[in-house]
Amino acid sequence: MDGLDGVQRMKSTIIKVENKDTLRSLRKFLGRLMESKFVEALLVPKLLPGGDGFVQSLIKDSRMLEDANPIAPTMAVQSARILSELTSSPFDGRIGVVLKPCELRAAVEMVKFLQVNLDNVVTIGVDCPGTYEVGDYAEMVKKDRELSPQAFLEGASEGEIRPRQGYNFRECCQICEYPVPLNGDITIGLLGLDHSKEILLMAGGRFEKELAQKFSLELKEGNSANREKVIEKVTHKRREQRVKVIDELKERVNIIEKFMQTLSTCIRCHNCMNVCPICYCKECVFKSLVFEHRSEQFLNWADRRGAIRMPGDTLIFHLTRMSHMATSCVGCGMCDSACPSDLPISSLFGLIGSELQEMFEYVPGRDAAEEPPVSVFKEDELQAEAGSE
Amino acid sequence: MQEFEPRIVAFLCNWCTYTGADLAGTSRLQYPPNIRIVRLMCTGAVDTIYVLKALIEGADGVLIGGCHPGDCHYQTGNYKARRRITILKKILNRFGYDEDRIWLRWISASEGKLFADTTAQMVEELKDKGPNPIKQLWMV
Ligand code: SF4
Ligand code: SF4
Ligand code: FES
Repeated sequence: MDGLDGVQRMKSTIIKVENKDTLRSLRKFLGRLMESKFVEALLVPKLLPGGDGFVQSLIKDSRMLEDANPIAPTMAVQSARILSELTSSPFDGRIGVVLKPCELRAAVEMVKFLQVNLDNVVTIGVDCPGTYEVGDYAEMVKKDRELSPQAFLEGASEGEIRPRQGYNFRECCQICEYPVPLNGDITIGLLGLDHSKEILLMAGGRFEKELAQKFSLELKEGNSANREKVIEKVTHKRREQRVKVIDELKERVNIIEKFMQTLSTCIRCHNCMNVCPICYCKECVFKSLVFEHRSEQFLNWADRRGAIRMPGDTLIFHLTRMSHMATSCVGCGMCDSACPSDLPISSLFGLIGSELQEMFEYVPGRDAAEEPPVSVFKEDELQAEAGSE
Repeated sequence: MQEFEPRIVAFLCNWCTYTGADLAGTSRLQYPPNIRIVRLMCTGAVDTIYVLKALIEGADGVLIGGCHPGDCHYQTGNYKARRRITILKKILNRFGYDEDRIWLRWISASEGKLFADTTAQMVEELKDKGPNPIKQLWMV
């Protein structure tokens, strides 16, 4: 599978887990990154004081790592959005950021649109077995105060990942083909490893030498065969599910009236857009004069059709957003999580996105050097598709 | 019953197709009155949102006309337009909407005749297709 090339190019080493406490070993590793000043600060999910959720937090004092959870099973905010804010101006030193695979892919897309600057950022991608809705996680904790964060790694060793009883992974996670980070500076591998005993640390590219020296790591070529097998297993299952979901959706939206029907409960709150890491424009066209109309105009439209839905522009909102950014959609599902009407927005973007991405042979977030399809062109292309020959 | 007269919104670049349309006019080459022209500096300025807005608000077809590849006044605007329009067409097609209501054509300043012929042909084809179905939906 092409997408995984990045993983294979990395060198790796095993970190031993002490007392079967995977999380503690991970924190210890992060702590070493801070204490050695390899990074000045760390962005990492941290347990909320109430114990019922995690939020990304920017940690400067390594003692605050105590409740950090790099394998947090929720994604309250897409970190690529946080990075956009965090890296908007120059700063001294480096910041390490712990990212889920889809957050890393989004960050790479944002770099291409000049919304994120990773020059002084060390990306630390972590394998992701799947995430839960924030509300679901809070409920799980309410029911079981003893719930261990490590319980969420169950099945990761063999690739038999199942959601906790009574719950489901977020829909986008159920159909996610990228459970491992594609191109972090550092990757923390959990899939295919007995995480009660060991975790895999991978490094590639720009920080490889420095990391090896500073932490006396013996980085070796290659990936464990078992890990690859497990990744393939997980990916295969998710891909099957993805095809199923997308095919079903295709049928449900194959004429414009049915597409409208699918969106009929959209309340035009624009949440899906506001949380999307790829919707990057600082000045959004939907908040511009293009969408301000004179009173007469509304009356004219109503006159022409007999009646118009108010507020209008549902169809144009979704279609425009798709045409602007579906080529870079990373399938993180933040749009679904934010939608008060439970609309299948990420699947719709998945349906359109995969078609467009395939046409342009593009995988969002695969490689920072690849230009996004909306920013480039070839002189000799698309004559037939555009009907412009 | 009166024959259906399609309404076409044409986004034409100032340097080529708009001038071509002008030439058609001054050379007394008839082009159909169904066309409402919006003059732009370049097809590179045609965002998909304008095409969608035109279609949703009642146009039966949209024509985007610009300079031939290699001739864009701003070098690459037309190539970018070609990508954008292709993306839009793919999306509309997926939702069962007839992408052939959108035409992207390269017509130079000296091709007045081509402009007249293209628009005449577009009107004919849209007549066959009938009115744009979206403009009859109140719930858009
Ligand atoms: S459209 Fe949805 S799934 Fe795609 S990148 Fe944006 S928030 Fe994520
Ligand atoms: S979040 Fe849901 S309801 Fe709100 S605009 Fe997006 S699709 Fe519509
Ligand atoms: S100036 Fe005519 S297409 Fe760019």
